[in-house]
Amino acid sequence: MTDAISAQGLVKRYGKVTALDGVDLTVPTGTVLALLGPNGAGKTTVVRILATLLRPDEGQAEVAGMDVLADPAGVRRKIGLSGQYAAVDEYLTGFENLDMIGRLYHLGRRASRERSRELLAQFRLEDAADRPARTYSGGMRRRLDLAGALVADPPVLFLDEPTTGLDPRGRTEMWEVIQTLVSRGTTLLLTTQYLEEADLLADKIVVIDHGRIIAQGTSDELKSQVGGERLEITVTDTNRLTEARDLLEPLGIGRATLDHQHRTLLVPVSGGASVLTEALRRLDSVDLRLDDVGLRRPTLDDVFLILTGHAAAESDDVPSGAPQQEVAR
Amino acid sequence: MSLTIPHVITDAHVVAKRNIIKIKRVPDLLVFTTLSPIMFVLLFSFVFGGAIDQEGGGAAYREFLIAGIFAQTVIFGATITGAGLAEDVKKGIIDRFRSLPMAPSAVLTGRTLSDVVNNIIVLIVMSLTGLLVGWRIRSTPLEALAGFALLLVFAYAISWIMAWIGMLVPSPEVVNNASFIVIFPITFVANTFVPLATLPEPLRTFAEWNPVSSVTQAARELFGNIPPGAPATTSDAWSLQNPAAYTLIWTVLILAVFIPVANAQYRVSTSR
Ligand SMILES: Nc1ncnc2c1ncn2[C@@H]1O[C@H](COP(=O)(O)OP(=O)(O)OP(=O)(O)O)[C@@H](O)[C@H]1O
Ligand SMILES: [Mg+2]
Repeated sequence: MTDAISAQGLVKRYGKVTALDGVDLTVPTGTVLALLGPNGAGKTTVVRILATLLRPDEGQAEVAGMDVLADPAGVRRKIGLSGQYAAVDEYLTGFENLDMIGRLYHLGRRASRERSRELLAQFRLEDAADRPARTYSGGMRRRLDLAGALVADPPVLFLDEPTTGLDPRGRTEMWEVIQTLVSRGTTLLLTTQYLEEADLLADKIVVIDHGRIIAQGTSDELKSQVGGERLEITVTDTNRLTEARDLLEPLGIGRATLDHQHRTLLVPVSGGASVLTEALRRLDSVDLRLDDVGLRRPTLDDVFLILTGHAAAESDDVPSGAPQQEVAR
Repeated sequence: MSLTIPHVITDAHVVAKRNIIKIKRVPDLLVFTTLSPIMFVLLFSFVFGGAIDQEGGGAAYREFLIAGIFAQTVIFGATITGAGLAEDVKKGIIDRFRSLPMAPSAVLTGRTLSDVVNNIIVLIVMSLTGLLVGWRIRSTPLEALAGFALLLVFAYAISWIMAWIGMLVPSPEVVNNASFIVIFPITFVANTFVPLATLPEPLRTFAEWNPVSSVTQAARELFGNIPPGAPATTSDAWSLQNPAAYTLIWTVLILAVFIPVANAQYRVSTSR
C-alpha cells in the first residue's frame, strides 16, 4: 500500500450549496498534504468525509487501506482527528479528556493513563492537567484537542486548521509537534488558510475553492505557477491602469492582474530588483505617476487572485463554477 | 479485532463515567440533582400537604405525596439525557466520539446509564428529606427496594425517549422546553399529587391508564404508604390493580421501541 489516503470524485451537496464538486486526492504514506483554501472552500467537508463523519453524495475514498463507506469502524482504528473547533469537554480536566479518548481507543486502563500524562507533558499542559478544560485559554484547548487526536498514535492524522487561533509562539510550537510526528512516519492531511504553513509543513499542496481543486503541486511548483515574486504598482490615475499593464506585462513571466478599484496592477516576475528598475524606467518615460510600487512574495491572497480571478476574502460571494484559469506560461 | 460485546459495555461505562463527573462540575446539574429534589419534597409536603387537609392531618397526605414526588422527579431526571446529548452535538463532542473506534451505541447507552446514577442520588437525597419531614417506609426493606428499583427502571425507559428527542432536536434549550411540555402534564394528570377520585371524567380515565399513575401507585404500595381509610388513590382499572406489572409492561415497550429508534436517529443526525 503506497497511498494512505485516496479519494475519487467526492461530491457533497447541502441543498443548493455544492460543498464539494468532485474532489480527487491521494496522499502517499508518510507524507503531508495541505488542503489550502478560503472560508467555505470545502476543506472541512473533505476532512469530515475522510474521517468517516460524513457520507459523500458521490465518490469513494480509502484511508489506511480501508474503504471509508464500507468499513468506517476499520478506518477509525487507524486515524486521529482534530476538528476545526476544539472538541474538548470543558467540564473534564485535560487529563480526563485524554484518558477518556484513550479508553475509547481501547488502549487499556494503564496504557491510557500513561499516554495521557505523556501527551500533557509534550503539549505543555502538565500544570493545567487536573483543571477543568473550561479554565483553559483558546490555545490550550487547541493543544489539548490535538493531543486527543494523538492518543492512539494513529498512522493517519487529520488536522483541520490546527493553528487557527494560536499566537505566533503557539503556532511555532504546533509546527514543531507536527514536524516531529511526520518525521516518525505519520501520514498527515491538514487544512489551512495560510500559505506559509502549507509551505513549511506539506510535501504537497492542494488548493481548493468552491469545492473544486484549482491547483496542486509542491510548494515550489505552486509558487512558480503563481509567478513567484510579483511586481505590484498602484497608479495615481486609474484610467492609465491598462496602459501600465501594456508596458509592464512583457517584463513579467505571466499574465498581469488588474484591480481597478484599488488602482493596482500585479505582474508575476522573476529577476527581482532589475525588473523593478526597468519597470520604473518604462513608467517614467511615459510620465505615468505612481502612488506605490514594490516587489512582493506571493501570499495566499495572491494565489487566489491569480488562480481563481477573485480575492480569497470575497470568494464566498462569488457564484461557483468559475472556469479554471490558465496561469502558467 | 472487531467490536466485541465487552467493548459495547466498557465504552458505555467510559461515557457514563464522563457524564457522572459532569454532575459534580456543572452547577446546573448539581442543583438539579441535589437541591431541587430537596425543594420539591419540602414544597409539596408543606404547601400542598397543608392546603389539602385530610382526616389524618397533613402528615397522612404528606406520606401519600412522597411517592408522587419521587416519580415526578426521577422522570424529570431522565431529561438530562436529552439536553446533554443535544449539547454534546453542539459542542462537537459527538464528532469526537464518532471519529473513535468505539461502539457507536455506547454514546446513548452511556448517557442513559448516567441518568440512572443521577436518579439514584436524587432518590437518596429525596428519601432523606422525606424522612426528615415525617415520611416513613412501612413495608419490608426488600419491598422498599423493589419500589425504588421500579421508579429507576421506569425513568430509565423515559431516558431513551429523551435520547431520541435529544438527537432529533438541535439545541439543548429546545430539548428542555419540549420535554417540559410533555412531561409536566403527564406527571400531573395522574395520581401523583391528588387522589384519582377528585379528577373529572376524561382526565380520570387518562390518569388511570397513565403509567405515571401506576409507577406511583406501585411505589406507594411497596413503601407501605397507603394509609387505612385513605381516599381512592387507586381504582378498579387493571392498570392500578396491577400497578407493578403494568409499569413493567410500559417500561419494556418503551425500551423496545426507543432504543432502536434513538440509535437510528443518532446515526442519521450525526452524519449530516
Ligand atoms: N451542515 C451544513 N449545511 C449546509 N451547508 C453546509 C454545511 N456544512 C458545510 N456547508 C457549506 O459547504 C461549504 C463548504 O464548507 P466547509 O465547512 O467544508 O468549508 P471550509 O473550507 O472548511 O471553510 P472554513 O475555512 O470557513 O472552515 C460552505 O459553503 C458551507 O456553507
Ligand atoms: Mg473548515
